Amino acid sequence: MIVAQQKPLEEIARLINDCQKVLLVGCAGCVTVCLAGGEKETEFLASALRIKRQLEGNPLETVTFTCTRQCDPEYLLPLDNLIGDVDAVVSLACGVGVQYIAERYPHKWVVPALDTKFAGGSLEQGVWAERCGLCGNCILHLTGGICPVIRCSKSILNGPCGGSQDGKCEIARDVDCAWQLIYDRMKALGKLERLMEIMPPKDWSTARDGGPRRAVREDVIIDA
Amino acid sequence: MEEFEPKIVAFCCHYCAYSAADLAGSMRLQYPPNIRIVEMPCSGTIDHRVILDAFEKGADGVYVAGCMEGDCHFLKGNYRAKKRVNYVKKVLAEIGLESERLEFFNLSAAMGPRFAEIANEMTERIKKLGPSPLRRKGEEK
Repeated sequence: MIVAQQKPLEEIARLINDCQKVLLVGCAGCVTVCLAGGEKETEFLASALRIKRQLEGNPLETVTFTCTRQCDPEYLLPLDNLIGDVDAVVSLACGVGVQYIAERYPHKWVVPALDTKFAGGSLEQGVWAERCGLCGNCILHLTGGICPVIRCSKSILNGPCGGSQDGKCEIARDVDCAWQLIYDRMKALGKLERLMEIMPPKDWSTARDGGPRRAVREDVIIDA
Repeated sequence: MEEFEPKIVAFCCHYCAYSAADLAGSMRLQYPPNIRIVEMPCSGTIDHRVILDAFEKGADGVYVAGCMEGDCHFLKGNYRAKKRVNYVKKVLAEIGLESERLEFFNLSAAMGPRFAEIANEMTERIKKLGPSPLRRKGEEK
């Protein structure tokens, strides 16, 4: 999932300081799972903002709605009926959702309530970790299911480097050395010899370095 | 001037604080009538939103009362409730409402006198703080 975290309340409040009525839009996708922008967080943020503004003597009116997903245009349709008289839209989705709303409503001021962090998963309730670097060319079959692109601080493909100490990365004691994890796992699987193969420099053009990306599946495109 | 009588919402766990309130009644203990009790199946069912909602709807104070630590009927509900209450206290401070208006208490079903004591303690505390700044002027007390 895309993991995001809410911006400080103070910052969100500042973004809509000059608004009298705002629409807060949650997203029932990834940000619900990472407890940052689901229905519950949307209602809580709306309530907190209303209280703050009332205490400041500048009451704020809020409308809330949680889309099934903000990254699919059809799920934004219900907003058409809610957006009319609001001064701004506060999106509690990842950066994708914020942009989808901004694109659909070109004349509305749209602000993000979250900071989009990474593609990852949960380690335990309330803790999330990065797992995918979105490089566009998966090599997990070569590295025992552990991604060196994102879990190695240097993204090196033929590790470990000299900074690997006691299974930890030199950047911090609580960061595992991805190449230690890869080595241990390949050893346990009896596939250590596969690591002897030197990986050539990776083609990063499929990653962000190639500019904004697009994925197309021709067979499901509906012709006009 | 008429003395300020706060409205205090007490979210009480069925297995401890709610029963303690019952016991306080049976023991004919006096406690302020400012407390509005909401029975919960477990303090762990308390939600961040509900606490803010109580303040928005005019509560001057809110407290959540759960079982003694280690004694939760559902094992960990009271710890979770306490963490949530502490989180909301932080949010209250951020948005400019005194965090002292919100509190979490641990007690058992056998603590009728303690229930009355907590009710007194919170009522005194909120009286000192005065009416919630969210309550509009002229609104019923």
